[in-house]
This record gives sequence, structure tokens and C-alpha cells, in this order.
Amino acid sequence: MRFMMIMLPNIPNVEEANWTPDAEAVAAMGKYNEELAKAGVLLALDGLQSPAEGARVSFAGGNASVTDGPFAEAKELIGGYWMIEAASKEEAVQWASRCPAADGDTIEVRRVYELADFPPEVQEAGRLSQEPPAQTSAS
Amino acid sequence: MREGSSYPSAARPAGAVRPAGKARRTQAAERAVEAVWRIEAARLIGRLARMVGGDLGLAEDMAQDALVIALERWPQSGVPENPGAWLMATAKNRAIDQLRRRRRLESKQEQLAHELPSAANEPADESVSEEEIEDDVLALMCVTCHPVLSTEARVALTLRMLGGLTTREIARAYLVSDATMSQRIVRAKRTLAEAQVPFELPEVSELGARIGSVCEVVYLVFNEGYAASGGEEWMRPELCREALRLGRILVGLTPAESEVHGLLALMEIQMSRFGARIGPAGEPVLLLDQDRTRWDRLLAGRGLAALARAQALARAAGEAIGPYALQAAIAACHARARTSAETDWERIAALYEALAQLAPSPVVELNRAVAVAMAFGPQAGLALVDALAAATPALRDYRLLPSVRGDLLARLGRHAEAHAELERAASLAHNARERRLLLDRAAACAWLSQ
Repeated sequence: MRFMMIMLPNIPNVEEANWTPDAEAVAAMGKYNEELAKAGVLLALDGLQSPAEGARVSFAGGNASVTDGPFAEAKELIGGYWMIEAASKEEAVQWASRCPAADGDTIEVRRVYELADFPPEVQEAGRLSQEPPAQTSAS
Repeated sequence: MREGSSYPSAARPAGAVRPAGKARRTQAAERAVEAVWRIEAARLIGRLARMVGGDLGLAEDMAQDALVIALERWPQSGVPENPGAWLMATAKNRAIDQLRRRRRLESKQEQLAHELPSAANEPADESVSEEEIEDDVLALMCVTCHPVLSTEARVALTLRMLGGLTTREIARAYLVSDATMSQRIVRAKRTLAEAQVPFELPEVSELGARIGSVCEVVYLVFNEGYAASGGEEWMRPELCREALRLGRILVGLTPAESEVHGLLALMEIQMSRFGARIGPAGEPVLLLDQDRTRWDRLLAGRGLAALARAQALARAAGEAIGPYALQAAIAACHARARTSAETDWERIAALYEALAQLAPSPVVELNRAVAVAMAFGPQAGLALVDALAAATPALRDYRLLPSVRGDLLARLGRHAEAHAELERAASLAHNARERRLLLDRAAACAWLSQ
């Protein structure tokens, strides 16, 4: 089963300066990421740049409106994610618990949808343009 | 008897009533313990095995003892902050207690003086380096995959000690009874003890070969899950995922070994096709007919990256890439083709030729014939297949031969002959789904030959 671990850091007033972690934090996180990789569970990860440089697109009345960062009213900011392979939610939670996160940080653990999770009609609707070609001979 | 059990659960008096909330929390805590076990088992057993001079049975018993205590305590106290260290300390303390108890009962002072030092003289909060633990895990892998064991035994022991799977889980995966699998594991440990296999990393000169046998076991597990060799089911994904995990762990332990990266590349790329191998009616779908939008790009990307590492390592050592990396390179050709029509068949044919030099086998030759047929036409492919059949008469009963021959004949318009070959292939098929696939193709040829 795939899980996404989403880092929600506790940074009350976001600026470029306080978004990027210090060398010590980077080293600790690097060690954790390596631990995930060596345990054979890490599939992918990314860190996101500061929300101050980002944008939010909001939808209302059928219209999209854009707000540039920083998002002063935002309750939660997203710092980055890991995608891991685990046999159970408990295992994913175990891994998340081992992250060298700072006080006030939260990691949300969510299971990733796989195509097989959907009923056949939904799978069919989601299928892109390709029709499987007629059975050919070579394997 | 520990061997026959799955996780020993905390004893509960019969008829005891538990409030629903508490039972749920206990269940959740037990699942958390199981999750920790899967993460920590290999490291724990590895370290303990080193401490007790390589007795795997004893090491596993010590680890299981700690697990039982965890199952009793953690539901109340919560999962400790460093569960691995907790289990390790608990296992060591239990072992020291038991050795002390034995000292009072027996007076084999010398034997115990020999046994105790590694367990008792390590300071309680000794911090073992990560490198040492990794060495322990690699040593454990080399032992569970030791050539003195049968293939079956290696697989069972590796899945149990390194995978942290329960005997029941392994038995289910291999379609045998719990008792059978339990016996297999017991016998495996006994064989290792009788052969006095030391718990050591192999000598540098031997390490390559021993890592080779570890790769063999891992890939066997993967293949068992990828293409079930018997019964009704085509695939068992849990085994594939377990093999992938072990492969990734192995890469972490031996990052300089090209073929280990090659093996991982092969498994990641093959696994990327997993979601496309079954059709809407549950029928198997051959590679060229698969809906490539269902190929997992994340895994394919990881596989291609692993292949690049394998090639770079081989190049740096001034060597050609090995059989796993070659197979991965072939799989990569498919992964890179957006549609089957865009497949670089000439490259695949060349790669199969290289593979045939390194690791010749009928399967390799047949696949080469298929690739040659795709690149240069069915007649060229048929020539190779016929040469192979002529050179090795025993292959007539090898199911892939008539299957490939039938396809090539069909493409040459020789439908009646194709029909006969495909029916023959169907009679040799290993499972019901494969048989169905071949019979359908045979029927199509029969229709065309009218």
C-alpha cells in the first residue's frame, strides 16, 4: 500500500528566511530520508519552496481567483511530502513518527489511491484515449 | 511451540469481558507492534545473532521473547519513542536473566563464561553504530541465503528473518500449510547449525558470489509473486512488494554492487507493469497488448534510475553489465516505448544476444527469437526457434517453445500449423489462465485456417 506523508510545518509568519531550514535540520532530515530509503520503503519525496513565492487559486461562483503568497490566514502550510510503501497504515504512522520534526509540526498520513481501488465504471471513465489493441501474438 | 505460531498475543482469561473502546485500542496497539516488528525484525535478529555467535534459532527466540513483552506492555504504555532500541534492550535483558538462571541450575561455568561476555558485558545503553547494524543485517541475509540450504529453505528463512513475515503469511504465499512451512524453517535453522555456518560477513573474495545467492532468493520471491507457477491466480502482489523491499534494502547495504542495482531495476520496471497485466474480465494481458496508461511511471522511473546506476558502476569497474542489469535494460526498452509500435526491437534483440552469452538458457533464446522476429520479420525468428529445437530435443516439452513457434507460424500465415503448436502449448501450460489464453489463440488460428 502506498502512503503519502505530508509535512505541515509550524511556521506562524512565513517569510523566505524562516521557511528554509538551518543546516542542522537539513542534516537530520537527510538522515531520516536515508533511513526510509535504506529500509526499502521510500518511493519518492519532494520539499516545497516557500509559500511566500507561491499562489493560491480559489474557486467561487464558478470563477477562479488568484492570491499570491504568503498566505497569512492559512491554518496549515504544506512543506513537502514523502511517498512510501508500507504494509499497513500503522506501519506508515510508525515511519511518520520517526521523522525529526520540530515542535508544533504535523505529518498527515494518507493512503494513496491505486486504480484497482476504484469500481470498474470509474476505472473506465478514467481511462485515457488508448483502446487496447486487438490481441497480438508476441509476448 | 513458537515456530507454529504467528504473533503470540497476550494471554487473555477466557470469558473476560472488555469494554469495546479498550478492545479497539488494544487491537490498534497490537497492529502497531506488528508494524514495528516488520520494520525492526531483521536488525534485531541480526544483532542478536551476532551476539550469540550465530545461533539463528536462539537469536530468533530472544527476539520473539521481546516481541511478546512488547505485546503485553505497549497497549498500556504506548509505543516507545525508539522501538528498535527498546526491543533490543528487552531481548538482551531477558537473555541475561535466562543465562543467570541457567548458571544457578547448572554449573557449567566455563561454557557460560564463554556465552555471557557478549551479552552481559555490553553496557546497557551501548549505542551500536548504524554501520555495525547494517553489517549484521547483511551477514544475516548471507546466512539465510547460504548455499548449503535448499532454495525453498532459503526463501522461507529469508522471508521470516529479514521480511519479518509470520510463518502463516509465508505459508499462505507459497500455498502450503502452516505446519509444512514451520517445519521447513525449523529444518533450515538446523541445517545451518549442523553445517556450522558462521555468522560473519563473507570474505571479500567470496562476497560477490554470496550476494549473488541473496539476489537469487530475492528474485525468486519476486517471480513467485509476479507469475504464479501453479493454481488459479496469476499474481501475488504482496510477494512482489516484499521482494522489492528486500531488494531496496540490499541496495542500501551494498551500494557498490552493480548487479544489485540491476536486480532492483529489473523488479521496479517489471512491477511498474503490474496494474496492466490483468484485463477487465480478469484475463492475463500480454506485454504488447497492455494498456500503457496503466504502467506505473513512478516505479518505471525508479527502475530506470537504478539501471543507470548499475551501468555507471559497471563502467567504472571496467566491466560489462551483468545478467540482471541486462534483463533490466530489456525491460527498460519496453518502459521507454510510449506504444508497443515504438519498441526498439533491434536493441532488445542485441541485449538478448548479450544475455545469451552471459547466462544462456532456452528462455533467453526464445525471447531473442521473438525480438529478432519483431525487428527483422517472423521468418528470421522462426529460423532461430527451429535451430534451438533441433539443438535441444528436450525442449519439445518446454511450454514456451510451441507457444512462440505457434505465434511465428501464425504471422507467416501458416495457420493450420500454428493451431497445432498453440494447442500443444496449451496442454503444457502451468496454470488455468495461461491455458485459456493459449487455447483462445489456437482457436483464432483454427478459424483463420479454414
